Amino acid sequence: MGSLMGLPPFLIFFVGALVVALTTGHVRRGVLLAIPVIGALNLLGLEIGDTVEFEMLGYTLVPFKVDRLAMMFGYLFHLAAFLGNLYALHLEKKDGAGVQHTSAVLYAGSAIGAVYTGDLISLFVFWELLALTSVFLIWARKTERSFRVGFRYLVIHVLSGVLLLSGALMLAHETGSIAFGPIELDGSMAGWVILLAFGIKAAFPLVHNWITDAYPEGTPTGTVFLSAFTTKVAVFALVRTFAGADVLIYVGVTMTCFPIFYAVIENDLRRVLSYSMINQIGFMVTGVGLGTALALNGAVAHAFADVIFKGLLFMTMGSVLQMTGRINGSDLGGLYKTMPITATFCVIGALAISAFPLFSAFITKSMVMTAALEEGHVWVWPFLLFASAGVLEHAGIKIPYFSFFGHDSGIRAKEPPKNMLAAMMIGAVLCVVIGVFPGLLYSLLPFAAEYHPYDLTHVLTQMQLLLFGALAVVWLMRTGIYPPEIRALNIDAEWTYRWLGPRLIRGIGGAVARVDSAVRGRVLAVVRKALRGAHRGHGPQGILARTWPTGSMILWVAILLAAFLVFYFLSQTF
Amino acid sequence: MSEPTEQAEHREGAGPDERQHVWDKPRNVKLLFNVLFALCAVVVVLDLLIHRHEVHPWERLVAFYPLFGFVGIVILVGIAKQMRRVLMRPEDYYDG
Repeated sequence: MGSLMGLPPFLIFFVGALVVALTTGHVRRGVLLAIPVIGALNLLGLEIGDTVEFEMLGYTLVPFKVDRLAMMFGYLFHLAAFLGNLYALHLEKKDGAGVQHTSAVLYAGSAIGAVYTGDLISLFVFWELLALTSVFLIWARKTERSFRVGFRYLVIHVLSGVLLLSGALMLAHETGSIAFGPIELDGSMAGWVILLAFGIKAAFPLVHNWITDAYPEGTPTGTVFLSAFTTKVAVFALVRTFAGADVLIYVGVTMTCFPIFYAVIENDLRRVLSYSMINQIGFMVTGVGLGTALALNGAVAHAFADVIFKGLLFMTMGSVLQMTGRINGSDLGGLYKTMPITATFCVIGALAISAFPLFSAFITKSMVMTAALEEGHVWVWPFLLFASAGVLEHAGIKIPYFSFFGHDSGIRAKEPPKNMLAAMMIGAVLCVVIGVFPGLLYSLLPFAAEYHPYDLTHVLTQMQLLLFGALAVVWLMRTGIYPPEIRALNIDAEWTYRWLGPRLIRGIGGAVARVDSAVRGRVLAVVRKALRGAHRGHGPQGILARTWPTGSMILWVAILLAAFLVFYFLSQTF
Repeated sequence: MSEPTEQAEHREGAGPDERQHVWDKPRNVKLLFNVLFALCAVVVVLDLLIHRHEVHPWERLVAFYPLFGFVGIVILVGIAKQMRRVLMRPEDYYDG
């Protein structure tokens, strides 16, 4: 252990959450800001190789293990927790401040705990805690809708946890190890089950709708936390276990491409950002699948950059929601007139996510794209390039344009509170600092790979792609081809469990009820008939209820005996 | 929807006493577009002057990236717009 504290970092957050729950006012605000700072100081005391392990029920549990990959996500999550807490600092009792603050700190602590685990059972514990602690950031909206959304979110994430635990136990049966390390997919059922568990949290296609369902329903401040942790823990887990698994290249490319179509026609701007998030995770998952040192560095560097620029964009949209009570593109526009500072931060976030030179994604996303080319994936690269252009359209232009510029909605909202502005300012500054000084982020990267983002070709080609993409948007808008924002929703994979499933169950239930009542009717009729027959025979007037004379009984016995003798005789004769 | 902390003042359009903002002036909007057009022209000219590293076969095409960016966005928006015909439902679709 190092000279500083060197505690397992999640402990500071869990103890901190207790203090947050028990305090109020300025004390609580101080604690909220102090927790990530103390946590970060503690990180400096950790050394690569620090481990806590013990035996339980024949398994080696490793609840704490430090390596470079864990450290990188550790720093990132502390930074995200600080920005999130600062952004949410103004919450008052009527906003459910106690619940929101406490669950946010526990949630951040769970994410931090997860990245420092060394076995799958310990991971499972934090995996489930991520879901249980974060759902309150949705329920704190205190609406009927948010309750239902939170419940769906919880069911899906608990399912992911159950799959993880099942996979871990299957893996223990197959290999005798539950280590949180590289896992083979060839011929291993356990590997696929664990991949699906990670895939649900990483929003793989068809299991992605929990993001677009839940994130737009979180509180304005809560969604900033939600966007930072869960999916990035999943990316971390994929890097640790499935680096170089080819299937992830194709899963990742699909994730980069399909959400951008939805983002063009989505009206709720926080849902646009949710689709955008799946697109960005797609680049990370592709990097994991490529599996080279450059690609893996690209995946984790992009995760780092994404937490900041996506967090910044969610913060600006949270400010819009908080100050106007609206978040649909069709209701907004012209807010720059009274919210110029927020608008500026939003534009910086938009430039960063679009990967303009001197902004953060320019130095991170390109690592994955370069790796795809270097590995000879000539059919993967064009899709990644297409998805890059798509980011410019929905996150780079649509988000700021429909909220702050565009058609003047007549809404004259004030700038959000100072703490929200301060959090956004730090996020915006980091987007630029990471872009201008790539060495800062590269020094944290866990794998050994040389990469120089600022060469003439890269800068020129990226500017060409983005400027002509912007030109296309201008042309489409001026000619009226660009689709207007419409108050409507677009069905997606969730249609199967939110529309089809309930109707199928209702339909099947109805059919079962009909068959059931028909069968019961028939059975009842048979039973009634039998009862009537029995009544006829055994009832007071029935033939079997009469008294019979003894003589007739002797006669019947004699007949039976005679019949027996006849049969006996016949059987002996032949 | 969560209640805004301070209800935003809502006016239809700019009031008579409201000052003109940056993008209310057509001159500024025009300037912005002209800057975009000029930058587009510059990067295309640079494409002819500078020899780019080429790894992917498509990159050998002159002005590949500008073409890809423009056509890519047009295809993206075009397809997305058509998707509405199939996917769009009323806002309360799942609530019913």
